[in-house]
Parts: sequence; structure tokens; C-alpha cells
Amino acid sequence: MAHTFTVSPDFSPRLAPGWFVFNTWLQRTLEMPIHLELFEGFDAQREAIRADKVDLIYANPFDASMLVREKGFRAVAAPADKSDEALVVVAEGNPVQRVLDLLPGCRFASTDDPDVHRMCMILLEPADLHSGNIQMVTCDSYVLVAKELIQGKVDAGFFLEAAFEELSSMVRSQLKPIGRSRIQVVRHVLLIGPSLASKQAELATALAAMAENEKGKGVLESIGLSGWELLDQEDVEFMVDLMETLVERSS
Amino acid sequence: MKDMIPAQIAGEGREVRLRYFNGGERTVIASDLEVPYPEGRLIVSRTDPEGVITHVNDSFCEISGYHRDELIGQPHCILRHPDMPAAAFKDLWTTVLAGGRWHGYVKNLCKDGRFYWVYATVIPNLRNGKVVGFTSVRREASRTKIREAEELYRTMG
Repeated sequence: MAHTFTVSPDFSPRLAPGWFVFNTWLQRTLEMPIHLELFEGFDAQREAIRADKVDLIYANPFDASMLVREKGFRAVAAPADKSDEALVVVAEGNPVQRVLDLLPGCRFASTDDPDVHRMCMILLEPADLHSGNIQMVTCDSYVLVAKELIQGKVDAGFFLEAAFEELSSMVRSQLKPIGRSRIQVVRHVLLIGPSLASKQAELATALAAMAENEKGKGVLESIGLSGWELLDQEDVEFMVDLMETLVERSS
Repeated sequence: MKDMIPAQIAGEGREVRLRYFNGGERTVIASDLEVPYPEGRLIVSRTDPEGVITHVNDSFCEISGYHRDELIGQPHCILRHPDMPAAAFKDLWTTVLAGGRWHGYVKNLCKDGRFYWVYATVIPNLRNGKVVGFTSVRREASRTKIREAEELYRTMG
């Protein structure tokens, strides 16, 4: 039976074909059948992880805790020179110039992307804004977040910075970032499950060499990466600890 | 830890002799100048189980004014500001040594005597059930919360 590889559902739709190219590269490299399963949302993906239906994952940092500490996944690699950063954005004509100008009661649009949501909520803290005094509207994509803003249905929106940069210049010209994270340490990670543990070293060696040959570079380009940085287990344990400090707790 | 010296201080400073949780003592000099928190940043550090710094990120060095080499190997209380009540740190240590998560508003002391406020979260790092150290992550605090903390800490003496 084929093993299952999955990708954090917050990948850019533009890159979906690229992940199939990467999966083909994976199958050739590891000489085994691997099925790429792309889930529609984080809940469906987490359900599959809990049911042990995932063997290899390019994971959102907020899911790394469950994968590493509950499911025994091991760290393989993270994208080189690429961290997840978030933006708080308003419509271009909005007089608001900075996060501190936003007031309780404001309406925000966001996707279900957990790390972007959390980073943006942290950006709102200096303005005394929190989940209890703002209204959230969840959209299916960043394009829809932009649409809500441009149509004046919400006061501000949360974006993955990379996703904001991918919006068309016409759309971006109607929007204005007012807050920007520079956290630098929150990254997606490629994790391998216990069922593929025997392939970890082989996969790491192949990933490290990808950027050194034309074919590998082409595959990397198709998923929007420039290369991989190999991780040891403590690197990902550190990131899980760090994410744990960012999780919102009522206590 | 070495005593702070007046030549290093930005602005007018007041000298205070601090006694630390680990039994150490030193003279610190605190000025009334605040360093603004850089937007969107997280200040990250890790210590060993005794509170000795083993890792700092660039934001930590930038805001505190210390070089990385001056921080690694030092007790984390190198940042303690004299306006912070000892009871706050006692609560921190009691909580994390019991395996819990501590969070609170903290006024930190820069190398040059200036200060910066943060909202800090500290958790124990557990590996195979053992505490191997602590991770501390600080982020920007709201002015409302800072004012509340200032009032509270004044009453704690």
C-alpha cells in the first residue's frame, strides 16, 4: 500500500501542481509509491493525522506539536531562508495608519491558517485587541480576505505576507499593510512519520542535494522554494516549545 | 555578573544594589529612558535548568544592547530591572520549576541602563519527561497593561 504525503492546506493554489511534481520526485528518490493527499482545510488534515493516515507532511508550525510530541514524527528539513510572516492590512482609503489606531469592535477577515491568525493576534495585542473584543470573519482564501476589505465589509484583514505579495498589483494597490510580523523563527517543516523512519536519512541527503542540480532546482521552483535546510530533532523541538509560548490561553 | 558602571549609562542613572534569586549580587544603574519595542518582533531566549542563558535571538541582542557573547553563559537575571519586585520572579521560578507556564509583564534593564517593557511567557523544555531548560518568549505589551503592571509592582515593593 502506498504511503501518504500531505501538505499544509495553506499552500498557494498557484503551487498545487508543483506539489504533485515534488511528490513524483519523492517517489523516484525513495523508490516507493507515495500518494499525495491535499486536504481542503486544517480540520480535515488534523483528522487524518489523528487517524494515522499521514506518513510524511510539509506541516504548518502550529501542527508540529501534535505531530512531533503525540505522533512521533521526526524533523527532516525546513525551507531555506524562508520564514512565515504575517500582515495586518486595511483598505487603501482607510484613515487608519497603524495597528494602534484600530479599536475594539472592529471586524477582521482571516483564513483558517493557524500560524497567520496567531501572529496577527499578537500584532493586535499592543492595541488591547483580543478575541473577546473584535469580530472575526473566516474566509476560504486570501483573495476573499482582500475582497472583504475592498468591499468595505471588514475593517482589517490578516494575510500571510507571501500570499499578500502574490495578489495582483491591481488588488494590492487597493490595500494598505499597517502591521507586519518579523518573528523569523516560525517556519513550515517537513516531518517524517514512524512508518517511514527507515527512509529519514536517505530523504535528508536527497533534499540537501536538490538545489545543486538543475532538475532538483526545477522541482524546488515549482513549490516556491529555493532549497532545504536540514533540521535535527532539537531544532523542531525548540520550535514546538516556542509555538507553545504563543498559543492563546485563558489562564 | 559585573557591576554596571556610570560610563556605560545613557542618560541620568540611579544606582541600586540588587540581590538575585540565585544568591548573587551586583550594582545596577537604571535611567528613565525607554527603548521602544520594535514592532512585530519576538524576543527569544533559552536557559539551562539553572537559568543560565544558552540561546538568544537577534532581537534580544538589539533591544538589550548586549552582544550575544556577553549574554551566553550569564544568568537570565542580567536583565532584571530594579523596579521589578523580587516576588514576580519568585512566582516565575516556582511556576516553571513545577512544570507550569508563566506569563506576565516585565520591565527589563538594558546594558546602557535604559529599560523596555515586554509581555513574557516562560515554559519548561521537557525532553523524555525531564526539564532540560526553559524557553522565554517576549512580545510587545500594550500601554494599558504596562500602566497596570507599574501600579501593581509599586505596591509589591
